[in-house]
Amino acid sequence: MALLEVTNLGISFGGLRAVNEFDLTIEEGELYGLIGPNGAGKTTVFNMLTGIYKPTDGKIRLAGNDITGKHTADINKAGVARTFQNIRLFGDQSVLDNVKIGLHNSYEYSTFAGVFRLPKFFATEKEMDKKALEILSVFGLDKEANVLASNLPYGKQRQLEIARALATNPKLLLLDEPAAGMNPNETRDLMNTIALIRKEFGVTILLIEHDMKLVSGICEKLTVLNFGQVLAQGKTSEVLNNPRVIKAYLGE
Amino acid sequence: MKNLNKTTQKLITTIAVIAVLYAIMQTMQSTGNLSSLMSGLLVPVCAYSLVAVGLNLCVGYLGELSLGHAGFMCVGAFTSAFFSKAFQESIPDVPRFILALVIGTCAAALFGFLIAIPVLRLSGDYLAIVTLAFGEIIKNVINVLYIGKDSSGLHFSMKDMMSLGMEPGGKILVNGPQGITGTPRQSTFTIAVILLILALVVAHNFVNSRTGRAVKAIRDNQIAAETVGLPITKYKLIAFTISAAIAGVGGVIYAHNINSLTATTNNFGYNMSIMILVYVVLGGIGNFSGSVIAAVVLTMLPEMLRGLSNYRMLIYSIVLIVLMLFNWAPGILKFREEHGITSKGILDRFKKHKEVQ
Repeated sequence: MALLEVTNLGISFGGLRAVNEFDLTIEEGELYGLIGPNGAGKTTVFNMLTGIYKPTDGKIRLAGNDITGKHTADINKAGVARTFQNIRLFGDQSVLDNVKIGLHNSYEYSTFAGVFRLPKFFATEKEMDKKALEILSVFGLDKEANVLASNLPYGKQRQLEIARALATNPKLLLLDEPAAGMNPNETRDLMNTIALIRKEFGVTILLIEHDMKLVSGICEKLTVLNFGQVLAQGKTSEVLNNPRVIKAYLGE
Repeated sequence: MKNLNKTTQKLITTIAVIAVLYAIMQTMQSTGNLSSLMSGLLVPVCAYSLVAVGLNLCVGYLGELSLGHAGFMCVGAFTSAFFSKAFQESIPDVPRFILALVIGTCAAALFGFLIAIPVLRLSGDYLAIVTLAFGEIIKNVINVLYIGKDSSGLHFSMKDMMSLGMEPGGKILVNGPQGITGTPRQSTFTIAVILLILALVVAHNFVNSRTGRAVKAIRDNQIAAETVGLPITKYKLIAFTISAAIAGVGGVIYAHNINSLTATTNNFGYNMSIMILVYVVLGGIGNFSGSVIAAVVLTMLPEMLRGLSNYRMLIYSIVLIVLMLFNWAPGILKFREEHGITSKGILDRFKKHKEVQ
């Protein structure tokens, strides 16, 4: 059974049909790319997959369970985590706390235990710190654990956002333009990081990206969106050589 | 971690300062060096500080503006005073005051919870509007409320005293605009200070716990908080309820310090809500110790300036403006950072000084 199965997904904003008849199947462990020109509806698809927008038509199934139109928080609990094109960190909190917020649903103690500092508080917080530092060290961010998230340099903010998403223990990770605004060196580091987290966390990845080097370098399969419609779908090499894709997006 | 230690350190410093001030005030009072005006202000100052701490939790950590915290203070004050008055003969002093405290706090929390359920689902300034209305409504309802007690039980009316239909020997508990008179005066300065310190510890522990982190995450970025699986409404409700409960404690302290408790514009109305918001903003949003300092300074100041008669309010408003500039003006903030005139800088210097010794 496929991990993510999207059938006939569509959304309208008033008279505007932003995404239409969108189908997508991602198998477990795949690294899948979603590409297309600006305004094609890529981020809208992400917003529907994570419940920020409710789709007008279609079905989204995660590991066989219908998650169409569910609340964002419940979709995250079902196993979908994401990052944002315009980074959305908890800027006023430390790097460590950002990841600990990602761990929120995996560790539990009551508000009462927290307010009155019962032993459960100290034990759980210690475990959370340990786990959060473990995740941060994968990204080499453990040395900056006590820095305010908003004071991190841009590239590290992107990595922290991925770390926070992984802390929620997702089956499927959605990355929205992870290389946006990065220089070639940072992009190369990012490609290594993505390869590393696939190995370390065993997570399936769907990413939106404009950097063709990154896309052709790491994605196994691609879907090309154009004006809200699927233009081409399949193995990366085949899609990138498709004349329609070259005409609409890559340029001749 | 280190970050946590810094805030804990600040909390301990604040508590130490409060304890020292408490000791000074107590000595001055017992040696007769404190004017009756000042000693009369000690408990109300603690009550206002408590409400300010509660409001700061709402404004600084939940990121929602409430213009009705005087309303929660009012609920706490009247429910606890009503309880104390009703059971004045039947329950001994100490357990009665503890019960009154619990009842006042829970009532304020309940009202906070009920208001928050519909309002906090919306985003925007709705909470400010609804709490503003709540503060006014609760004050006006209490002003037309008559409750009496006689051998056949409790009597309620919202018209006048006559329509209670009391037996001749009955006791009036709540008397409309005259409110509740003869509440036992049990909130001493000591109890008020202990509760203030307790509230500071609770607020500090709350914002530095798992739930507090979630509340701050929602404040910083609601969409991101949802995508990491946080139930938004639940945590907003918890934070607002605790905020209202702390304001309720302030109300209990306030009510048990005065002979006749009435609900007027000045003590529980819009004016008071704004005053408390002023304490929070001037003390620093998200800074509990600052709220206490601002509440103490701004309550004491007009009384200390009484001798200056007409210039009193002028000086008061100038102090407000200066404090605001000191806390928020970018130029002054830069100057303070360069010269170490921040709470952190002063703390560091203090530590260095100790090391030298």
